[in-house]
This record gives sequence, structure tokens and C-alpha cells, in this order.
Amino acid sequence: MTLALALEQLLNGLQLGVMLFLMAAGLTLIFGVMGLINLAHGSLYMVGAFACATVAAWTGSFWIGLVASLAAAAAAGAIVELVVIRRLYDRDHLDQVLATFALILMFSEGTRWLFGSFPLYLDIPPLLQGAVALPGGTEYPVYRLAIILAGAIVAFGLYLLISRTRLGMRIRAGESDREMIGALGVDIRTLYTVVFALGAALAGLAGAMVGALQSVQVGMGEPVLILAFVVIVIGGIGSIKGALLGALLVGVTDTMGRFLLPKLLALFVAPAQAGMIGGAAASMLIYIVMAVILAVKPRGLFPAAHA
Amino acid sequence: MILNRETLINLVLAALLLAVPFAADALGQPFYITLATRIAILALAATGLNLALGLGGLVSFGHAAFFGIGGYVAGILAAHAFSGEPLLFGLSGTKQMWVIWIVAAILSGLVGLAIGAISLRTSGVYFIMITLAFAQMVYYFAISWPAYGGEDGLSILVRNQFPGVNTMRPLTFFLICYVVLLAALGLFALIRASRFGTALQAARQNEVRVATVGIQPYRIRLTGFAISAAVTGLAGALFADLNRFVSPSMLSWHMSGELIVLIILGGTGRLFGPLAGAALYVIFEYALGGLTERWQFFLGLILLVVVLFARGGLLGLLAGKAKHG
Repeated sequence: MTLALALEQLLNGLQLGVMLFLMAAGLTLIFGVMGLINLAHGSLYMVGAFACATVAAWTGSFWIGLVASLAAAAAAGAIVELVVIRRLYDRDHLDQVLATFALILMFSEGTRWLFGSFPLYLDIPPLLQGAVALPGGTEYPVYRLAIILAGAIVAFGLYLLISRTRLGMRIRAGESDREMIGALGVDIRTLYTVVFALGAALAGLAGAMVGALQSVQVGMGEPVLILAFVVIVIGGIGSIKGALLGALLVGVTDTMGRFLLPKLLALFVAPAQAGMIGGAAASMLIYIVMAVILAVKPRGLFPAAHA
Repeated sequence: MILNRETLINLVLAALLLAVPFAADALGQPFYITLATRIAILALAATGLNLALGLGGLVSFGHAAFFGIGGYVAGILAAHAFSGEPLLFGLSGTKQMWVIWIVAAILSGLVGLAIGAISLRTSGVYFIMITLAFAQMVYYFAISWPAYGGEDGLSILVRNQFPGVNTMRPLTFFLICYVVLLAALGLFALIRASRFGTALQAARQNEVRVATVGIQPYRIRLTGFAISAAVTGLAGALFADLNRFVSPSMLSWHMSGELIVLIILGGTGRLFGPLAGAALYVIFEYALGGLTERWQFFLGLILLVVVLFARGGLLGLLAGKAKHG
């Protein structure tokens, strides 16, 4: 029984890790290629969730909503890049932090303006409703398994895109020497917009998929954004491989910590206290893991060669 | 001392901040005294951050942690003084502000030392994200630790006391905050002019050269970061007393962002930058809040325009470019 529960929690951890990867991949790509720190990435996640919920409510189809979320987040990303972000590439990180912080305020309040303060709800598509039996007798929702699968497919697709296509070659070249590929005649401004929109689309996809698990509301992107920061700091900023491993590590550590720490402490202290201390300690666990990793490797597990 | 333009503007700012509450008190408008107190306290918090960010070039996105810790020190000590339960090792709580200030500053400084010791091993964008992550760690701890209110926060039933005066009177409390702010600005000026401050600024400008002349940039920065944390923690204790309420929102990353915004609005690294920024921010907030329910949207827009087109902040606009420093 406990083993089955542990398996369930492990899968939950994987699912969280996959979501974090979708966020972190965009952040780390944008940082790697453009050297930009983008706090507004969580807002793009929110845009994806709202687009999916709205379009799904109009059309009655989750799948159309999913496509809409990709399109809306990519479009929002491209517009933001063209209007604001492109002025920030030459600025220091402080200006980038502030400008994207301002963008968060605008996105959050703007969304509240358009959709009101009440959360929207998004139903799991009929195809993915239901649960499968896990060994040990418990059941696990199909939808969460589907998210894990979708994340794995996206991760593989991203790998193919970056290592096998011409666009990927330009992205890699952009990461190693921005000025050189500009000098070689690649339209660097368009490349930046494309990379930013790609990152935004990944965030939007994550938002849409999570939207069916939680309520869709303003501010939903912020906790995920900060976890994604932890992920890319652990993995090494600029490294997609680091983002993948970091995301899985953070997802599983966080979920398993919340599950196991109170149980572990219950062996030593009274159950009520164990729950309290364990809960508080579990919420800090990933940050402690991050601190330990950075104390040993200040630039993350897979530091990008140039940064 | 030659009275240059910036000094003159600083004096006018300080005088204005002092004059407004007296005028409000005379006119029977205590709300404006609270607004001025809020400006003074936020300016104090940002002055703390200005030590790290302005002088040391350390973009800390986690100063809300120190602000909140200071706030919780005030809240927890007052709660224990009220209930009579001993706190730790048989020590009791207190309602004396000056004791609370000392505890708040020391505790925030120590936490700053610990966070800084790890974060300062990194630099640039890593530093920004790590300080943010540590602040989130404190935030989630405050939320999930139920003993002091957890998510709901902690009320301070009666404002803490200061010997000889009645702190419940808005004007009196404002004056206390004002004096503390001036003291902190004095400390900032002293540090900036000291050998330590010179080294801190030099470490921002050229780390390698500082190391070459035999100064370890890491130690200088760590010291600066801890002092910065202590000042911001002190501001947190005052903020808790102003609202007579502490909650995890004081620890949230929006607070960290706001503190940076104050400095940028006023002028980075300038002595009175935090005060100018805090005044501008609180007035924006109040004026926009009166005009539209969607004030945060317009605040974001103004911020964006300031960052993109008006570099140097308010003092940069009024007093010209900063001298090298």
C-alpha cells in the first residue's frame, strides 16, 4: 500500500518536473541565446492557460484550446519581444529585471481587466479522463500520465530541433557567438524574435496543460516561474540538458519531500509536530538542495561553456 | 561643504517629508501622516538595499526576506510580551521598540550573512536568481509554519512602545521613523566615504583590480550585504509597527521587486535615491489608486517607460548625472 502511494507520488513528481522543464527550457534558451533574464515568462504561462480555457469554453474542445494556447503565447511573446524586450539586450541585468517585472504587473492586471477576478476552469478532455491501475492496487489519472508523455515528446522534439535543423544550428551558433553569426549574414533580429516566441509557446503549452489540473487564475505563473529559476540555476543557465535534469530533480525532490519528510519525522517526534515541522522543512527542501549544489558547483551542474 | 545641486535637492526632499505630516496634523488629516510614514519606512528599506545594489552592484532580488524577518521579529516579540509566554531559553518577549530594532537588525544581518555567503559565490544573473530563491524559501517557511499565524499573518494588538513618547499618535510614530531614516542615510554616507565603502564600490567597478591590490572582493561584498540586510530588517520592524500586522506578503518576491523599483525610480547609488523613489512610488500608488482600479497596469507602464527611456531616475533628472562613485 505504502509502496503504491510512493509510486503515485513519484509519478506526481515526474509530472511536476515535466511542467517545470517546459518553463525552464524557454527561460534557459532565451538566456543562452540573448543573454536576457525574463521574469515575465510566468505571464506567458498564464496567457497560455487563459487562452486554452477560453477557447475550450467557446468551442467545447480542449484540443482546439491547446492549439490556441500555443498560438496565443507565441504571439504574445513575439509582440513583447518586438515592442519591449529587444531594447533590453544591451542593457544590464538590473534593467532587464525591472522591465520584465513591469511587464508582469501589466500582464496580471491586464488579464484581470479582460477576464475578471474569478478563476476559470478547464475540463480534462474525454479522451484522457479516467485512471489506470498501478501495481499495488491504486489508480492513477490518465491525464497526468499524458502530461508526462507530452513533456517527454516535447523534450525529444526540442533536442531534434536544436541538434538537427538549420534553425537549431543558428540557435547554437547564437549561443556561442552572437556577433559572429550576425556578421555571417544571419538575420539576428528575426532569430531572436523566433527564439523568444518558441520559449513563450513552450510556457503557454505548460500553462494550458496544468490549467486542466488547477484553476486558471491571475498569478498562477509566479510560483512556477520561481521554481523554473531554481531549475535553471541548478542545471546551469543556458543548458537545455541541465534544464531537463534540473527540472526532474526539483519536481521529484519537492513532491517526495512533502510526502516522505513528515513520515520520516514521525519516527522521532509526535505525529502532529512531525506534520508541522515536516511540512515546513519540505517546503524549503528544494532551496536547500539548490544551496548545496551551488556551494559545490557555483555555476550549476552543466555550466554552459561561454557564460 | 559646497552646496551643489544634488545636496540642495536632498535637503528639500528631507524638509518636504518632514513638513507634510506636520501640515497634515494641523489640518486634521492623519491619513497623509500614515502615507508619509510609509514613504519614510520604504525609503529606509531601500536605503539598506542601496548599500548592496547601489554601492556594491549586487542586484539582490531577495531583500524582502530581510524586510519580512524584521517584521516577524517585531510581531513575534510583541506577541510573546502580550501572552507572557517565554520565547526561547526562557527569554521573554518585549514591547520596547529599541530592543525589537536591535534584534531585528542583528537577526536580519545574520540571515544576510548566511544567504550572502552562498549567493556571493556566484555573480550576475545567478546571483539575482539565487537571492530570489532564498527569499522564497523564507516565504514558504513563514506560510507553512503555523505557530505564528502561517498564511494569515500575525497582528500586533497595540503598537510597540518607545520610552517617553506615545507611539500610537501618528505624528510621533512618523517622527521616530524619520529619525531612524536620517540615521540610516547618515550611515550610508559614512560607509560610502569610508575605506570599506571605497573598496565595495571598487569591487563593483573592477573586481580583478581590487583583488590585485590585495583586497578580497568576496569578504568586502559579504560584509556589505550583511549590513544592507540589517538595515532592511530594521525597516521591516518599523513597517510591522506601522500596519500593526505582519504577514508572509512582506516576504513575497513582489516586495523584493518593489524595493529595487524604489531605488531605480529615485536613482541608483545616490544617497537620497531611495527616498525620492519611495516618495514617487507611494504617490503614484495613491494617485493612480484614486483614479483607476487598474492602477497596477499603469504603474507597470510607467515603470517600463522609466526603465526604457529615463535612465538615472528622478534624481538623475533633477540633479544631472551621478559623479563617479
